[in-house]
Amino acid sequence: MGGVRQTESASNPADDQGQPRTRMVTISIMGKRAQVPEDATIMRAIEHSGQQIIRGAGCREGFCGACGTLYRLPGDYRIHTGLACTTLVREGMSLSQIPSVPLEKAVYDLEQLSPDVDCIKRLYPATFRCVACGTCNKACPQGLQVMDYIQAAMRGDIAELMELSYDCVACGLCALRCPAEIIQHKVGILGKRLYGRYLRKESPELDARLQELKAGRFDGEYAELMSLGGEALSDRYYARDMEQ
Amino acid sequence: MYPDYLKASLEKVDQTRPRRLELAKSGKPVYPPMNAAEREDVLSKFHPDSAADARRPIRIGPNQGETLTTEISELLEAHSMVDPARMAPHLAKPDYETDLLIIGGGGAGCWAAITAMKNGINSLIATKLRLGDANSMMSEGGMQAAVSPTDSPARHYLDAIGGGHFDNKPELVRALTEDGPDVVRALENLGVMWDKMEDGSLQVLHGGGTSRRRMVSCRDYIGAIIMRTLMDEVENHPDKISVREFEPAVELLLDDQGRCAGAILYSLDTEQFLVVRAKATVIATGGFGRLHIRGFATTNHYGATGDGLVMAYRAGANLRFMDSVQYHPTGAIYPEQIAGFLITEKIRGAGGQPLNKHGELFVFPREPRDVESAAIIRECAAERGNGVDTAAGRTGVWLDSPIIDQIHGEGYTRHQFPGMCRAFDRYGIDITKRPMLIYPSLHYQNGGIEINERCETNIPGLFVAGEASGGVHGRNRLMGNSVLDYNVFGRRAGKYASEYAKSARLGSLSLAHVTAYAREMVDAGIESDLTSPVILPSYTPEDVRLQQMARLGNIPARHSLLRSRIGCGCGGKEAK
Ligand SMILES: Cc1cc2nc3c(=O)[nH]c(=O)nc-3n(C[C@H](O)[C@H](O)[C@H](O)COP(=O)(O)OP(=O)(O)OC[C@H]3O[C@@H](n4cnc5c(N)ncnc54)[C@H](O)[C@@H]3O)c2cc1C
Ligand code: FES
Repeated sequence: MGGVRQTESASNPADDQGQPRTRMVTISIMGKRAQVPEDATIMRAIEHSGQQIIRGAGCREGFCGACGTLYRLPGDYRIHTGLACTTLVREGMSLSQIPSVPLEKAVYDLEQLSPDVDCIKRLYPATFRCVACGTCNKACPQGLQVMDYIQAAMRGDIAELMELSYDCVACGLCALRCPAEIIQHKVGILGKRLYGRYLRKESPELDARLQELKAGRFDGEYAELMSLGGEALSDRYYARDMEQ
Repeated sequence: MYPDYLKASLEKVDQTRPRRLELAKSGKPVYPPMNAAEREDVLSKFHPDSAADARRPIRIGPNQGETLTTEISELLEAHSMVDPARMAPHLAKPDYETDLLIIGGGGAGCWAAITAMKNGINSLIATKLRLGDANSMMSEGGMQAAVSPTDSPARHYLDAIGGGHFDNKPELVRALTEDGPDVVRALENLGVMWDKMEDGSLQVLHGGGTSRRRMVSCRDYIGAIIMRTLMDEVENHPDKISVREFEPAVELLLDDQGRCAGAILYSLDTEQFLVVRAKATVIATGGFGRLHIRGFATTNHYGATGDGLVMAYRAGANLRFMDSVQYHPTGAIYPEQIAGFLITEKIRGAGGQPLNKHGELFVFPREPRDVESAAIIRECAAERGNGVDTAAGRTGVWLDSPIIDQIHGEGYTRHQFPGMCRAFDRYGIDITKRPMLIYPSLHYQNGGIEINERCETNIPGLFVAGEASGGVHGRNRLMGNSVLDYNVFGRRAGKYASEYAKSARLGSLSLAHVTAYAREMVDAGIESDLTSPVILPSYTPEDVRLQQMARLGNIPARHSLLRSRIGCGCGGKEAK
């Protein structure tokens, strides 16, 4: 650190041999240099530097997409993308968290939609600006074929759109990097809802069960179980047969 | 990649697999399930709740004298963030007015808003982080619902109440199990894509403690699929449902008749305290994993700090079963970066087997969670010493996942567990070829604020739904019943709270209960440097924290974060 020596922090004390317990790397967090453990995720590194994350952490396990992050590495011209909670730091990494992606979500009544290309056209017209450059695929921290699901959306292939966007965590990094300014992840959510609502296979056994419930078919059984005292209930429980 | 020091044990797992596969295919249990006495024995000796200092009596409030989890007693015997005297002038000029205030934007909260809207009542959702930053987003395995022809809702009732050791409130279990099938249909009508069989019937799998295959699922992303659907629906009605993000509630407001009348929100951005006046209030704040009880790593989201308990308790609400904590049997312990990460129970439902360092089975893979966790802890404890040690100082057992493809056919694991595969692929571990290393992880708040089947509490106008509530699961919740819980009771809270709001009248707003609670603390001689709710855990290293706390006079910014002792004991170790 040019001219200034930062002493070893107490959070990383030396062992008996005078070696720090954890090897440290130097990274830049939103423009500020920090020394952090080399085995830390970006999220842990930010916290290790003393910051309390308010925006940019949610599930901390790679599900919620709150922690999208852009970073560069030394000697590498590319902008990399990752989730702060699952990406490990590297020596010389320079990063910024992008916890919020500006966008306009289409507002709709699912009951008034049809699972086809017209629906996509009406709600997310920018989708059709796709130039198939593949930038979104490169940006996706989940490794999804984002471009393929956008292409599926353009064909009105809702099943394929659902399938390919299934694991999307909606971090929005694709939408930020897209030169055509598409909001990929929102198109994905629309596709999934359309599939579940209109293209699902019907489940007759569920209809039957709902009928039975409506007819009060289980009321007697419930009443009987609820009238049982502790021991009788326990006997019943331990005697129940198990489906394999 | 697993390091060399684990090789010998890994080889044993491979060696015993053909024998275990044969067992699994025989249709008989792969290991004898425990009887009642055996369960009792392992729970009383090895469950973390059974440790001598795990519980202590609470000295004030509605549950005074009752024994609660120690960290919960500490959390409740703490100071409010707000000064009622300074707040008083603002109470007359609320920042927001609404018919229905919903505190918490997870699954239960979103359902409450959607259901209230259908019932003609507009609402305000105030939430801590973003909408959907919640445990609901993270559930993996599935949801129980008695949809299969071999099953029945009443049988579901028996399984749930037995799993809860017969302490559950019966009317709540009935509501839970009876509403199940309708929740499945309501969700698919909103666009949730259930896993289905060729003929369209719902795919149902086993979970711990279930006597029928009853777990419906969306691969291993049920939480994300349902949560994003509900959020999208909430966001489709901006005129009827307002959402305030990064504005957690820190105290409830009562009116001069003792009815719940809204809450005080704390803006994380501006550190202002904001007043919400509401005819009815729903607490849907979820669980408490980020309190890191007994220093355990957790599976929970960042904002799971039990805030609802604190607010409701100060306002006079009763708690139930806050003496028991759920540890999920299978939290990852390797690699270190994902310590605590949940390995879904569906892995065991699909045939995955817990194994000791010799590659041997030591427990039936689908015992209820508390029993399974205690059995794993016993296997690792000094007495047996059959655990596998990692270089980072953790001990655990194997969870054999490669056997799943051998049972169900190649490709099954990758298709059914994309999330699990991805989490381990990142670290070079292919779980279709190699087992995972696991140990119990702090997972679920079994108890909570006591409700009835209409989600009412003992405070008029205050409703609670989801993980924040107590009574549904007794002292042990079964897999799949909490996703069902937030769906069932989120809907019920929306329904009954909106009914209530239609005829509710409000007097003037008051924080007198907060003043009274502070006085009670003094009278009981309680000294505490903790303010609660905690809002967010701090993972700042200890030395940094000490320097942050040197600030003189004025309470430091975000003081509950910095001063909170709970969650600091782990020195940031538990963070992921
Ligand atoms: C990793 C994981 C996997 C799981 N898998 C399963 C499963 O497979 N099956 C199953 O049945 N269950 C599972 N569960 C449990 C289940 O997901 C949760 O119990 C359930 O989602 C809780 O729903 P909820 O709406 O009550 O709370 P949450 O979804 O947690 O929502 C609570 C919301 O309230 C907000 N909040 C908290 N405090 C405040 C405050 N002071 N003011 C305002 N807002 C606040 C939170 O930020 C959050 O948005 C899992 C849990 C986890 C963590
Ligand atoms: S914090 Fe949720 S994905 Fe990283």
